[in-house]
Amino acid sequence: MIQLTKRYRFCASHRLHSKFLSDVQNKETYGKCNNPHGHGHDYVIEITLSGRIDPATGRLARVECLDQLVEREVVARFDHRNLNEEIPEMAGVVPTTENLVLEIARRLRDSWHTAFQEPSPALQAIRIYETPRNIFGVIYL
Amino acid sequence: MFATRRVEFSASRVCRNPELSEEGNRAVYGAAANPHGHGHNFVVEVTLRGEPDPITGMVFDLKQLKELLQKEVVAEFDHRFLNYETPPFDCVIPTTENLAIEIWRRLSPYFMNSVAKLHGVRVYETEDLYVDYFGPDE
Repeated sequence: MIQLTKRYRFCASHRLHSKFLSDVQNKETYGKCNNPHGHGHDYVIEITLSGRIDPATGRLARVECLDQLVEREVVARFDHRNLNEEIPEMAGVVPTTENLVLEIARRLRDSWHTAFQEPSPALQAIRIYETPRNIFGVIYL
Repeated sequence: MFATRRVEFSASRVCRNPELSEEGNRAVYGAAANPHGHGHNFVVEVTLRGEPDPITGMVFDLKQLKELLQKEVVAEFDHRFLNYETPPFDCVIPTTENLAIEIWRRLSPYFMNSVAKLHGVRVYETEDLYVDYFGPDE
């Protein structure tokens, strides 16, 4: 099996606060991430593709196609945004990095097959570094 | 359990398919199709899989792995123009995918009868782009 991974970056702010919890419970649950004015991160996202190498090109995928997809669906959408205020698709959930992974997965999968020339590589994994020490992701087996 | 050793080599290459037109090569490989070549500081991570030996406490002697990587990878790839100096890249396009496969091919015979198995070869083309190869599909 062969995989290709590319890393991208975006910066965004968020506040972790659940409407299902009291103010005290929110503070207990999210700690300083519950600060009413919010805070921000330099997110790093890694997208992993898998598939077959095209014998004519020696490549698994056109990385430029992935660049364009991620630029359009992730970087342009989330960079220098307030995740609580500016992403209506996430209005119903707390913008934890777990939920951010799921929203980005949804956006990438919706556009996946039009982004690549046939045959498309598979989306194998998404990993988001909220900080260098807090990492969240999904792996599709 | 896994044990990983990292090595680096700096090399130049051209990514072009002679059967494609200039325009076709540029469309597939972008700037990497420049016929004069371009280069990277490639970083290779080789991961072995196994249980620690009860006597040594080691999955594999990483000194030996270091020597093996020096012989099979660094000595052959470092400060070379891969297309001209490092077979099979005279006839295989030296994409990072094919580099990972070739490094696997060179290393795998050493682990055929070893308790530690070759698990994966990761090649970083840049800090932000890498390929993992886990061996031929079953």
